[in-house]
Amino acid sequence: MKITRGAVVEEAGNSIENKTGTWRTFKPIIDYTKCIRCMICWEFCPEPSIYKEDGSEKPAPKEALKKLPVPIIDYDYCKGCGICVNECPVKAIDFVKEVK
Amino acid sequence: MKTMLRGNEAVAYAFKLAKINVFPMFPITPSTLVPEMISKFVANGELDAEFIPLDSEHSAISAAIGASLKGARVGTATASQGLALMHEILFIASGMRLPIVMGIGNRALSAPINIWCDHQDTMAERDAGWLQFYAESNQESLDLILMAFKISEDKRVLLPSMVGLDAFVLTHTMEPVDIPEQSKVDEFLGELKARYRTLDTKNPATFGAFGSPRHYMEFRYAQHFAMERAKHVIDEVFKEFGEKFGRNYSKINEEFTEDADIVFITMGSCSGTAREFIKMKRKEGKKIGLIKITVFRPFPKDEIRKALKGKKVVAVIDRNFSPGFGGAVYGEVLATMYGETETKIIDFIVGLGGRDITFQTFEKVLEIAEKSLEGEVEKINWIEVDKEAVEKEEMK
Repeated sequence: MKITRGAVVEEAGNSIENKTGTWRTFKPIIDYTKCIRCMICWEFCPEPSIYKEDGSEKPAPKEALKKLPVPIIDYDYCKGCGICVNECPVKAIDFVKEVK
Repeated sequence: MKTMLRGNEAVAYAFKLAKINVFPMFPITPSTLVPEMISKFVANGELDAEFIPLDSEHSAISAAIGASLKGARVGTATASQGLALMHEILFIASGMRLPIVMGIGNRALSAPINIWCDHQDTMAERDAGWLQFYAESNQESLDLILMAFKISEDKRVLLPSMVGLDAFVLTHTMEPVDIPEQSKVDEFLGELKARYRTLDTKNPATFGAFGSPRHYMEFRYAQHFAMERAKHVIDEVFKEFGEKFGRNYSKINEEFTEDADIVFITMGSCSGTAREFIKMKRKEGKKIGLIKITVFRPFPKDEIRKALKGKKVVAVIDRNFSPGFGGAVYGEVLATMYGETETKIIDFIVGLGGRDITFQTFEKVLEIAEKSLEGEVEKINWIEVDKEAVEKEEMK
């Protein structure tokens, strides 16, 4: 952080530098063999640190689902709030104690 | 032009002369006449400003911060519980380095509810990072508000200011006040120009968001640095004001101190009573002097140390009290005079909650001060207090 008068952050778009992933105690891990690609976790993530990516390479409960994008957790910013774990309708997200 | 004005009116005229852009407010006794006057000025078209009535003092000072961040010249007024309700936001205003100016009708704090004068409200905000000025008269109230804008807005300072005027003794009492010409004030204050980064959608920034342990201390040090520089800026602005308007100000006013053995230190309206008392006593051959403190933050350490050098007794008149210690001004004078062992510094708690400070009060102060020339006296003296009644009740 630059020392500015009145603690003004002079440039926009730099919250990206603050990697909030270090705050995490529990880590959500998506089990793609169960994930139905509904994107409810992506919608609920408050950070947001879940983004969409091409899912053709990931395992899926049904072959047809591979055509849809998958949710990917960005662990640099995920604070481990567990909202995605709670919201997942097929219980496809594990919540495990962070080991550092 | 001299006009009869109440202290609150003098403050309102000062805001009008400073051409404030925004006046967020919540009324409270004894300051209510200030927003009343401003609303009249705005309604009459005499002042082109945004008058914002809010739901509390907490909101009023928050709105002041928002407006000041946009680059507006902002004034407001409050007192006592109102100032206390602003407490947390006062630190935000100074931390964000916004030159807001506030008039305070110095009033006691509850409980029990008391609307009359003492300096407890502003003393409780001593560490909020605001410059503090204390007026002796309505004229000083007007002048100090004008100068506070110039000092606060100076690029070397950029800290908010509060100007204290004693509840009722000044706020509600008529005195002849010279209202300076608008053109001269314009010349003195200059065009409003925010000398700091402001809110701008084309050039976005984040204000006052976050300071981690790695950076926070630097922002606090910045306030210390600015307060130290403000000492010089205050001298400059006081001098310029004197040249332009013919009324001279200094951080401390020394009167009859040259040959004095005993020096009274006062703040606010009781300085006038003290002056007349001292004049009377000097006729009787008593060597008493007076120091009136006008600027309490930044505290004028150098000036006070110089003025009190070699004095035998210093009687600090405190219109405030910090339970568990003593008067606030006493504490500061004591720290300032550290090492000057030949000077006895004695505290006098007087005039709390609007109790009148009269010649009789100062007679009692002088009696104890003179006694200290011969031997030891109490360090902290409560003057004109029914101690017996209190102690009887407490001991039950």
